[in-house]
Amino acid sequence: MGISVTVRKAVYDENDQLAIAINEELAALGLLTVNVLGGAGAGKTSSLIRLIENLADVRTRVIEGDIESDIDTQKLRSLGVEAYQINTGGDCHLNAPMMRAILPKLDLSGGGALFIENIGNLVCPAEFVIGEDIKLLVCSVPEGADKPYKYPTIFARASAVLLNKTDLLPYVPFDLDYFKTGLRALNPDAPLFLVSSLKNEGFAAPAAWMRELLSTRTK
Amino acid sequence: MLPPLEPWMHEASAAEAVVRMACAAAAEHSVAGKIPRVIRIRLVVGESMGYMEESLAFYVRSLGKDSVVEGAVVETRFEKATFRCGSCGTLYERKRFSFACPSCGGEGSLVSTGSKLYIDSIELEE
Repeated sequence: MGISVTVRKAVYDENDQLAIAINEELAALGLLTVNVLGGAGAGKTSSLIRLIENLADVRTRVIEGDIESDIDTQKLRSLGVEAYQINTGGDCHLNAPMMRAILPKLDLSGGGALFIENIGNLVCPAEFVIGEDIKLLVCSVPEGADKPYKYPTIFARASAVLLNKTDLLPYVPFDLDYFKTGLRALNPDAPLFLVSSLKNEGFAAPAAWMRELLSTRTK
Repeated sequence: MLPPLEPWMHEASAAEAVVRMACAAAAEHSVAGKIPRVIRIRLVVGESMGYMEESLAFYVRSLGKDSVVEGAVVETRFEKATFRCGSCGTLYERKRFSFACPSCGGEGSLVSTGSKLYIDSIELEE
């Protein structure tokens, strides 16, 4: 029998403290910081592009998180979006130290929004705060309506949910009520926006929601 | 010696933090400059976090090698996500693929997310 020592400390405490400091710095610059989450292939990048198009008068920039490649960053840059790449080299999520390392490379002047597209994954990215004000969760119709039941943490922590690829609703079995019931049980308040990035439909509403949040950030 | 910061998957990230924190907590209880060995680590893990007990223990064993954590037993207590029924008020744990109330079938809402992850205590060698 040894000596028992109480620790009672969150395992990600070090990360969380750094994230709080990063958030305070970004807020002081008048920025709204958005952690964009979602599974691989949900349409995080294409939704971001549509959202940014709908926020044309707002200064925006994107940090792209990927295990490998800069395909999304190149795509965003080709559309004139200011984009920066983090490659995690295997890590399945972004964390606060990665944010701390990349932020000095960004031009953060002029306020507006900083989007961070996290690694495509519904598990680990939910657990790491990286300095964001809000978490925007991108889901898509082909992933299936059971996702809130299978990945409750990310749905419980989302500030808003985009359901993308709604143009596929006539062709793919997707029980929207089942999806909504699961989401509401976990998260009664997060707005749900039905969108199609392919058809460019439904993005005015999430853009208006973001505009309202941005107005609280304007210096 | 603390393990280096390397890219790892899911449980490994948590285990790495657990090893670092347990090493640091043990160091705070050094006796005559000697850091005591950690023989047990008690974790509290929310079931919604998607952590496997054996996987956490495996990575703690692996990452704890050559440190004061080497050989420590990892005990994991899982905390369930709980819901309360909006219709009848029953407090319940979810079933798979449903958040519905087991008593009346009503729609529940989340009371406790079951997404905690912390070291409750450690046990040090005397």
